[in-house]
Amino acid sequence: MSLSTILFVDDEIGFVETMSKRLTKRDFTIIPAHSGEEALEQLEKHRGIEVVLLDVKMPGMDGIETLGKIKSKYPLAEVIMLTGHATVESAIDGMKLGAFDYLMKPCDMDQLVGKVTEAASKKKRHEDKIIEARMKEITSRRP
Amino acid sequence: MNKNKRLKNPYYQSLIRKMALIVIIVSFTPLVMASCLILDYFHSSYHEKVYAHLGELVQKHQQNIDGFLTERLSNIRFLANSYDFEELSDESFLQNKLTVLQQDYGTVFEDLGVVNEKGLQVAYAGPFKLEKAEYSKADWFKKAMNSRYFISDVFMGLRGQPHFIVSVKSKWQGEWWILRATINFLEFNSLVENLRIGKTGFAFILNREKEFQTKLLIGSISDKKHYMDHFFEAAKVGNKGIHIVEKKDEFGNMKIYVGAFLKNNEWLLVCQQNTTDAFFDLNRVRKIGAVIFLLGGLGIISTAYLMSRRMVNRIATADKEKEMMNQQVIETGKLATIGELAAGIAHEINNPVAIMVEEAGWIEDLLEEEEFKEGENLNEFKRALKQIHTQGGRCKEITFKLLSFARKTDSRAEDVQVNDLIEEVVALSAQRARYGKVLINENLEKDLPFINISQSEMQQVFLNLINNACDAMEKKGGTIEIKTQLAGDYVEVEIADNGPGIAKANLARIFDPFFTTKPVGKGTGLGLSICYGIINKIGGKIDVRSVLDVGTTFRILLPLKKEKAQHTL
Repeated sequence: MSLSTILFVDDEIGFVETMSKRLTKRDFTIIPAHSGEEALEQLEKHRGIEVVLLDVKMPGMDGIETLGKIKSKYPLAEVIMLTGHATVESAIDGMKLGAFDYLMKPCDMDQLVGKVTEAASKKKRHEDKIIEARMKEITSRRP
Repeated sequence: MNKNKRLKNPYYQSLIRKMALIVIIVSFTPLVMASCLILDYFHSSYHEKVYAHLGELVQKHQQNIDGFLTERLSNIRFLANSYDFEELSDESFLQNKLTVLQQDYGTVFEDLGVVNEKGLQVAYAGPFKLEKAEYSKADWFKKAMNSRYFISDVFMGLRGQPHFIVSVKSKWQGEWWILRATINFLEFNSLVENLRIGKTGFAFILNREKEFQTKLLIGSISDKKHYMDHFFEAAKVGNKGIHIVEKKDEFGNMKIYVGAFLKNNEWLLVCQQNTTDAFFDLNRVRKIGAVIFLLGGLGIISTAYLMSRRMVNRIATADKEKEMMNQQVIETGKLATIGELAAGIAHEINNPVAIMVEEAGWIEDLLEEEEFKEGENLNEFKRALKQIHTQGGRCKEITFKLLSFARKTDSRAEDVQVNDLIEEVVALSAQRARYGKVLINENLEKDLPFINISQSEMQQVFLNLINNACDAMEKKGGTIEIKTQLAGDYVEVEIADNGPGIAKANLARIFDPFFTTKPVGKGTGLGLSICYGIINKIGGKIDVRSVLDVGTTFRILLPLKKEKAQHTL
């Protein structure tokens, strides 16, 4: 079974393909997307997406904008920014908007896997907490 | 040297000429006009004055001489009227009368004689033995017989000495007789001789035949004819006043001749003077004026030239500065453009590199699978993939550096750690240095205080200096030593190379804009000039020491932030 489901968003198709293969081999489920709009569509379709790997620089809707939309619609999905720039600024912007972390392209596979796992577990923790809270609420209901 | 070269530009030359010309024209025109006006006025008034003076003098003498002559005549007339022929024919009586006259008038009267109608001197009193002298053929006698009173021209006569005769004709017993007196020539002469003006002025008397009636001074006139004619013509017209003529004599000297007629226009009193003498004062004033004019003119010309030269020099400097500023702006713009371009390229390259690296990673992943484990070249594959990975990493590093460098092209000052800046720049130039066999050593003092400067500008300075050092050592290779240390209120950065050094002649000019020793098209000659500008702007100092074949050291002093002062407050 897959470790977690990842939405991979990048306008470089080659990059997405290769990364998908590599991550799939490491037991992740990868859903590719090549633009911000497509990413939002995929999120709508696949509710099980836990982590989003999001390229900052994309034509059309760029990474930061997409991040904002994702966070407002699916606040529990963890987003890791991928940046070609060595720009700390855009990474910082992303973090402020609620991204989990950022990575520079090309990134080390082990590092990526580590970050994704971390993000997934964070999400899991969040969800668990939510479930727990709900359960508490339900159990404490008075007839 | 540089200045002169700049001014040799034909544009500036013509500018200098134009400005100088305008100043000269504007100052000379009124000067010349005023001078001419004054000179002309002074000239004419002085001439008038001299003429008036001479005229007056001559007129006075004319009256004097005329007076003298009429007086003598009246003396004789008195004698002739008072006594008759018989009385005067008595020689002792005549002698007596002569003595009386000589007592009254000195030696003016030389002798007295009574001549009858036939020209025979019947009585004579005087120093010469002229009794019974025969005058019937004498010129003067003929003339004397024609008029009642007569004054002759000067002539030699029987006695062989110059003299002239005053005679009065009377009638006695139906016969005409003449009483004549000889006037001492010397006495008469003294009247005219007294008329001396200045150094060269003297007077003489001429008769109608243009013979001298007075003694002449040595070296006086020879060619009297032409100007005498003028006077006589003037006299014929009936102008009785004073005639003034200016003419050249045969020696080429200008002379003033002042003439006045005497004795019923028979004699001409002429007074002559060299114009140079007459107008001596005027000429002297003219000379002084000319000297002043010349000196003043010289002053004006030289001032005009020097001033316009100086002004044009200023203009040239301003032009140069403007040009330099323009160049700097262009250069800065260029740098910014290059920065943007580099950023774009770096970003574009980054993606393909990332894909390449990931593809290599994918192959690596696949190699892990069972079927490949047995492959004999497995290790070679793995090594090659690792190499791709490493080189990809290098590409990434380079693009990151390019991006980070290009990004910081703003001149905003911020707190900067110099060491970090240097490391960044060194990392950037490391590649190039390696190709040139140049080793860069860093010797940075730790924990230096922050400095408030613009990062990109300082990067530019350091990069320029390191690049220059690399260029200098291109052929042989060498070492660049970068040292930082705290020195009083400054952070001192030393960038030293052991290259060929800078020639002494060039050392003074290396910070000049457009000074370059690199071949045409290789260097703009702006690098160090920009460095100088940047360091100067932030209140720092940059200097250079260089020894030929030993190396060059640039030293930069960067002022610390004035934080201490704020703290104590």
